[in-house]
Amino acid sequence: MFTGPEIETIFAELGVTHVVWVPDTAIGPWEKSLASSSRLRLVRVCREGEAWPLAAGLYLGGQSPLVVMQTTGLFESGDALRNVLFDLKLPIFSLIGVRNWLVPQSRDSAKMFAEPILRAWRLDCQWIAEPADKPKLIEHYRRCQAAGTPGVVLMAEGAP
Amino acid sequence: MQTLNDNSKVMPVVAALQVLADLCHDDQIVVTNQGSARIWPKLRRRSLDLHYNPSTMSGAIPLALGLALSQPQREVLAISGDGSLLMSLGSLVTVIGSDVINLTIVLLDNGLYEVTGGQETPAARSAVDYAGLARAAGFPSAAEFRDLADWQSQAADVLALPGPRFIRLVVSAAPHEYLTSSTPPLAEQLAGLQQALSIKA
Repeated sequence: MFTGPEIETIFAELGVTHVVWVPDTAIGPWEKSLASSSRLRLVRVCREGEAWPLAAGLYLGGQSPLVVMQTTGLFESGDALRNVLFDLKLPIFSLIGVRNWLVPQSRDSAKMFAEPILRAWRLDCQWIAEPADKPKLIEHYRRCQAAGTPGVVLMAEGAP
Repeated sequence: MQTLNDNSKVMPVVAALQVLADLCHDDQIVVTNQGSARIWPKLRRRSLDLHYNPSTMSGAIPLALGLALSQPQREVLAISGDGSLLMSLGSLVTVIGSDVINLTIVLLDNGLYEVTGGQETPAARSAVDYAGLARAAGFPSAAEFRDLADWQSQAADVLALPGPRFIRLVVSAAPHEYLTSSTPPLAEQLAGLQQALSIKA
């Protein structure tokens, strides 16, 4: 959906200071651009459950982190998400890659449960399902930041 | 290697934490959770303390790492229980991968899930070498103490070693009266911390 240079430019222009991530096959190609950026820092975590409290610490310390992971990592890190977004009430924004969303015949459970899970968390979600949706990332991020609320972009992915 | 259950020496946890509280600098950020979040506020009250409760198990180290990365001019101290660390041992590798140097992890190892009533962790009957794990992950400084007098006499030196630092303290279970005490309200703490860091929420 996005190229590495494209996403680095978008994140940097949004004021994102740190991208806290576990990559997948669609997000992974952004690594070179994010890791070499002079405008933001890529923070690699071993497990998605670390990403949310790490982003919380960055936010409390005055930075503007963004969490990036695949839906599988979202499922894995549910309690950490719950704690940071609902107990600590921090407006952490995330970009979640939805594996196999662009494969109509796919019965991947990681695809089927992505949106229902986020709805259950009552999170403000925005789909980016095709290239024409790309501007919605910027719009949604700015809207959530202005409101001081968490937000999620669901990015449609193909087969891994 | 001694296990926790071989009647080896353990430190009284309150006294072990008192050593840290006494050595803590005014501009240092301290993140406690689980049992330590109940004890520390009774030992010392500082605007740069965050008693992370309610927390997510294993979240204290990543949260402290985020603070350390965002506040590189300050030292950050994360106090974690062994049950929490066991839920995310990879967080030790995340710390090293981040290149942070201003972070100290103090592991309070009692082999118990303390706040749920004292059930044993999977490591309680084994001999997990947590300091060895930290060394293997790449921590330049990793130490462990079972004896309070040793800890009291060496703590300042260990805390001055190059970071990130890992310190395992083999401790007793927290006295019941501490575990039943509440931590300061989280919203108040977060606002106070950000105010102390001069950050506009």
